Parts: sequence; C-alpha cells; structure tokens
Amino acid sequence: MTVDWSWISDHTDDLTTLTLSHLQAALTAVLLGLVVSLPLAVVAHRVRPLRGLLLGLSNVLFTIPSIAIFVLLLPVSGLTRTTTVIGLTIYTLVVLLRNTVEGLDSVPAKTKEAAKAMGTRPLRTLLTVELPLALPVIMAGVRIATVMAISLVSVATYIGDGGLGQLFTDGFQRNFPTPVIVGVVLTLLLALVADALLVTLQYVLTPWTRRKRSA
Amino acid sequence: MYELFKNLGAWLVSGEQWAGSDGIGHRLAEHLQYSLLATLIAAAIALPVGLLIGHTGRGAFVAINLSSFGRALPTVGLVVLVFLASGLSMWPVYIALVALAIPSIVTNTYAGMTAVDPEVRDAARGQGMRWHQVLFQVELPLAMPLIMTGLRLALIQVVATATIAAYVSFGGLGRYVFDGLAQRDLVQVLGGAVLVAVVAVVLDLALSALQRALFRHRPAKSA
Repeated sequence: MTVDWSWISDHTDDLTTLTLSHLQAALTAVLLGLVVSLPLAVVAHRVRPLRGLLLGLSNVLFTIPSIAIFVLLLPVSGLTRTTTVIGLTIYTLVVLLRNTVEGLDSVPAKTKEAAKAMGTRPLRTLLTVELPLALPVIMAGVRIATVMAISLVSVATYIGDGGLGQLFTDGFQRNFPTPVIVGVVLTLLLALVADALLVTLQYVLTPWTRRKRSA
Repeated sequence: MYELFKNLGAWLVSGEQWAGSDGIGHRLAEHLQYSLLATLIAAAIALPVGLLIGHTGRGAFVAINLSSFGRALPTVGLVVLVFLASGLSMWPVYIALVALAIPSIVTNTYAGMTAVDPEVRDAARGQGMRWHQVLFQVELPLAMPLIMTGLRLALIQVVATATIAAYVSFGGLGRYVFDGLAQRDLVQVLGGAVLVAVVAVVLDLALSALQRALFRHRPAKSA
C-alpha cells in the first residue's frame, strides 16, 4: 500500500475544503452541546429527583450507535448537514452534561456558603463562583466531546456528508488507498491540534490552579 | 410520518423478516458473533497490558493517552484502509473492532489497578507474597469492578460499530442499514438502526445489572 504523493498535491484545494467542513460540523456540535447542556446540568445539579433521570437518559442516548442516530434523524432532517450536526450534538451533550454536573458537584459547600453569607445572589454565585470553580472538570468534558465529535463526523459519510469521511468512501469505491490514509491522518491531526488548543485555553482561563501549584 | 412508523412496526414484527439466512434472527447472531469475538480478542491483548502497566507503574503515559487516541481514530477510515490492504476478508472488521475495544479496556484496567490502596499492596508484600501472588490474589480482585466497566464499555462500543461489517460486504444488523440506503428503502434502514440501538441498550443494561449483582458488597466507585 503506497501513498500517491502527487494525488495529495493535486487535491490540496479539495482537502482544505473538506477539512474546514469537517471542523465546522464538529465545532458547531460542541458549541450547541454546551448551550444545551449547561442549563440542563444546573437543573440536574440543583433538583435531585431530576438528576438521575437526566443522567440516565443521556447514558441511554450514548449507547445508541452513531450510524443509527444519523439514520433515525433522516425522517426529520433528511440527507443534510443539519442531520450531521444534530447527531453529533446528541453525543457531545452526554459527555458535557455528565462532566458539568460532576464539576458543579465538586465545588466545596463551604465556598458556596461563604458566597451566600456575603449576600451574593444565587445566579451571581452560579456565574462567578460555581462555574469558574467547576471549569477544570467542565473543560475535561469539552476536550473529550471535541475529540469524539471530530472523529465521529466521518460516520456521516454514510448519509452523504461527513467532511474528511468522504475521502474514505471515495478511496473505498475506487480501490485507492491514498485518500483514505490522508483522511485518517488529517482527522487525527485535527483532534490533536483541537485538544492542544483546549488545554491552552483551560490554562489561560484558570490562573488560580497555577498559583496553587507554584506556592 | 405516521405511515412510516406503521411500516417500521410491521417490518420489525413480520415473521417473514425474521426467518431465513437474511432474516433478522440470523443477522442478529452474526452481529453478536463479530462483537463477542472482537471483544474477546481485544481483552486477551488489553488485559495483560493494563495489568502490567498498573502493577509496575511503567508506561502509565501510554495507558492514559491511549484512550484519547482511540477516541480520535476514525473507525470508518480504519476499516476501509485494512480492507484495501487485505482484500475481501474478515480482517478489516476484526482489526477495526479490536482496535476500537483495546483503549477502553487498557485504560480502565489501569485505572482499577491504580485505585488499589498502596497500603494494601504493601501489606501483601510485607506478608512475603511474591509479585504474582500480589497481582492475582490482591490487586486483580480489588481492581475487578473497574476492569468489568472497561469490558462493558468496550463491548457496547463494538456492538454499535459492528454495523460497518456490512459496509465491506459482510453480514450483521448493519446489512439492513446499508442495503436500505442503497435501495432508498427508509423503512429497512430505520429497522436496522432500531435493532442495533436496542441490542446495544439491552446489553448495556444487562451487563450493568450483572456487574451490580457481582460486586454488591463493594463500595461503589465510578469509572
């Protein structure tokens, strides 16, 4: 199995387009996942009876195979980018919800009591005390969700989308390994770079964790 | 939409659909066969590696990063790649499924081993136990709940992904999904998807119930 290097240099434009479309699908899904999971996580954290229900439901959703989710969405949104994004969002949602709830749980009760004693209102406590302290655990979830979404986009090639995944179908149909190898390598690289960027973002966002370590 | 669900229901329960070599019964058996064999092979490779890394403490970096590498690796690409390299055989399916299952098993086995209280390990050594006695009689039983979690996660992922066997012309429940997509037969596609989802969810619930029954006397630990 040899790599046809001239194919790569001939198709740099296509590869750029596919990479960008791949990244767009994955990032949209993670952002949507965050928007939906944050309020759900706050509810699951505060209202005990709902907690088991929400987490259990999201665990069941996670068990459903990704190809099945995309296919089951076909009657709703057809062979479109929307189907890809909704399917991916469902997956990221599960990881983000679980980690955000765990992050909120990890905030010490004393800290919350101190905020209350100082007269801070509940919403303000949530935004300025609880969420920042939960950030390391939430960010761990964001990293997992992002890497997973980047890898899963290619499954959507079966429903005619899939970003870099299209290279897999292309190589398969023409019995030509080069696009497949390029697709796998680019997907891994995207995941690696995205993960590294998120680690950097977390480092910048949580200066207090650094100070503690150096002291 | 209502018509579609009615047809889907009819498809799932028709006796005709369940019988024969391309019936649901046979496809289900194929699907379970691929999944169980792949998970067993993966366990045979990943369990010793995870136990060794956990016992010696060497190579922890590998154990921790393997799971995120496994998460990033696109399975579809891997299957096609092995298919193009090996031609028409079961290799692409098994290699891809085993590669998918190994990271969860190694990572969870390692996590189980590091969760063993170091004082318990020291006490075992202090009593004059040899390394293999410490490993098999002390560490392994204590790490068992997390090892089981790893095996369960791996099996569920493999069941979900075994769908792609049909993509490279083999059987399993994925047959309905890919044949249906090719024939523009939405009922068949949805039927296949529903079956895979049900198998995955049922296996997950059954295995977690088994796990709870086996380790009832242990304090609950999360993965």
